[in-house]
Amino acid sequence: MNVVVCAKQIPDPAAPPALDPERHTLVRDGKLILDDSDAYGVEMGLQLAGDDGEVTLVSMAPNGEVSGLRTALAMGAAKAILVSDEALRGTDALGTAKVLAKAIERVNPDLVIAATESTDGYTGTTPVQLAELLGLPSVTFAKKVTVEGGKVRVERQTEAGYDEVECPLPCVVTVTAGVVEPRYPSFKGIMAAKSKPVEQLTVADLGLSPDEVGFGGARQEIVSVVPAEERGAGEIVTDEGDAHERIIQFLEQLKLI
Amino acid sequence: MAIDTIWVLAEQQDGAPVPTALELLTQARAMAGTVKAVTWGGGAEGLAGTLGEYGAQVVYDLGDLGGKLPGPLVAAALAERVRSGDQPDAIFVPTTYDGRDIAGRLSARLDVPVLTNVVGLVEENGELRSEHAVFGGTQIVTARFTGARPGIFVIRAKSFPAESAGGGPASVETLTVPEVGAVSAASVQQRHVEERSGPKLDEADVVVSGGRGLGAAEHYALVEELARLLHGAAGASRAIVDAGWVPYSHQVGQTGKTVKPTLYIACGISGATQHLVGMKGAKHIIAINKDPEAPIFSVADLGIVGDVHKVLPKLIEALKARS
Ligand SMILES: Cc1cc2nc3c(=O)[nH]c(=O)nc-3n(C[C@H](O)[C@H](O)[C@H](O)COP(=O)(O)OP(=O)(O)OC[C@H]3O[C@@H](n4cnc5c(N)ncnc54)[C@H](O)[C@@H]3O)c2cc1C
Ligand SMILES: Nc1ncnc2c1ncn2[C@@H]1O[C@H](COP(=O)(O)O)[C@@H](O)[C@H]1O
Repeated sequence: MNVVVCAKQIPDPAAPPALDPERHTLVRDGKLILDDSDAYGVEMGLQLAGDDGEVTLVSMAPNGEVSGLRTALAMGAAKAILVSDEALRGTDALGTAKVLAKAIERVNPDLVIAATESTDGYTGTTPVQLAELLGLPSVTFAKKVTVEGGKVRVERQTEAGYDEVECPLPCVVTVTAGVVEPRYPSFKGIMAAKSKPVEQLTVADLGLSPDEVGFGGARQEIVSVVPAEERGAGEIVTDEGDAHERIIQFLEQLKLI
Repeated sequence: MAIDTIWVLAEQQDGAPVPTALELLTQARAMAGTVKAVTWGGGAEGLAGTLGEYGAQVVYDLGDLGGKLPGPLVAAALAERVRSGDQPDAIFVPTTYDGRDIAGRLSARLDVPVLTNVVGLVEENGELRSEHAVFGGTQIVTARFTGARPGIFVIRAKSFPAESAGGGPASVETLTVPEVGAVSAASVQQRHVEERSGPKLDEADVVVSGGRGLGAAEHYALVEELARLLHGAAGASRAIVDAGWVPYSHQVGQTGKTVKPTLYIACGISGATQHLVGMKGAKHIIAINKDPEAPIFSVADLGIVGDVHKVLPKLIEALKARS
């Protein structure tokens, strides 16, 4: 089975985030890494593709950035399509979905996997928008995925527990963290990844018009960014064996006991 | 241009609208003259009383969807309605699993953008502006749509209080769900409900949550015991949900539940930004963590630098002795 995995490359979440002073959008100019959320998708894709299929990564990122894709290729993905174009700066979720959809159409996969939400953008809407644009059904919030007889069976998280959902292929599935344990790339994998094909495309290559993407295509803007009301600094107590007594006092003050 | 009409998606659970739908109706009626609720899954007549009471004049009922996932069908029905000329200025969608599916599909169908993770709404110059908490809730971003209406807003739970307006029942209008073909091929085969005792996590007055600092799955019992003694609910960080110690329904945070209890007690939780956004709204916060540098202490009213395995058993003991 051939699987496309959407692989977002993001600024290292451990580093302090920077906002563009004019547009207030996240600055994504430096080195980008594979979003942890998508590492689960890559692993799931590799497991489902099996020996007779392969995983193709699809990514949209600025500056021809491939560092994150190399990580996923080192895990075992066969190849990647990267859409990178100055015109994409400021693209929102719907614009991203349009770009990814055009790229995915070139692969014509049996299954598309994305994460339920990205770490930096976390709109969680891109994959469903993508599904709608591709005319495919989708199952979101998968915590378990199996494929049999041309159908995927998904355990989908719900408010109360989970639903067993069945869906014919081709379709889009979004996976939650913890759905599978992502493998660490082996040394051999890392070496092999260096020579795996990464096809680079522009907005024009995809047949999209520049005004469907970027800041203009987003049709939304950030008006302001202000610090939130801070919680007053609290009291810190180092436990010397009696900290529970301070907690009891606190509970009494709140009249909870 | 004023805001005249707002639609609110009123997903139901156990035969009642989800609490967020009532919060959004309350907010919608303060902002617009005409408020319509959208419901699916059957039983609209039974919901019309509550939806009317919270501010809906009309309920658009899509009926039973026959076990299909609602996303593509609800989106298609609403898109058709909008295209026929019945245009709201804004559509409010609760941040639920199905809510996000519907919003995404509707956005693509209508070719309009969506604003997600909304935690506040304000009106300015006759248009809606949405507020979003970013960087662990330390900054508030305000955004606006610049293109054609309707604006689709996906709004987090507990962003607004739910207040009854005391109105009569809404009138129910049936909307037909169009034939959409392959996109609606996903169907639910079976539902599994996880048993929970005590108050619901997002409604409890006290929430006690545990994180990786508990060390092992069996120590979560300490968290449950403390929650029980305080008549509260037990929550969790994502780390221990991913590790399989507790079911996902316990997760507090960006991808989990938003809680606003009177008291939140974080046990062995570091306080990652994605956890903070789900619990920072608690009135009071107690944190127990052995690392004095843990970010959770920056939001705690009472921070205990200590070992959960020492503090919690003594606390539980002391509470038991009092009851
Ligand atoms: C897209 C995305 C969405 C996310 N959504 C969520 C979400 O909804 N909710 C969520 O919680 N997280 C979420 N996360 C994960 C989040 O970033 C953190 O990884 C997670 O919250 C960490 O959980 P933790 O605090 O239990 O574990 P850790 O960060 O490992 O912290 C454990 C803490 O326990 C302390 N500790 C260790 N031993 C003891 C002891 N004996 N006594 C006392 N303290 C001890 C340590 O000092 C440490 O501070 C999300 C991440 C991403 C990328
Ligand atoms: N620029 C991108 N490149 C590749 N995949 C993406 C991109 N943006 C979003 N996705 C996919 O869609 C998921 C949800 O993203 P988001 O809508 O930003 O929360 C991500 O986890 C990815 O799987």
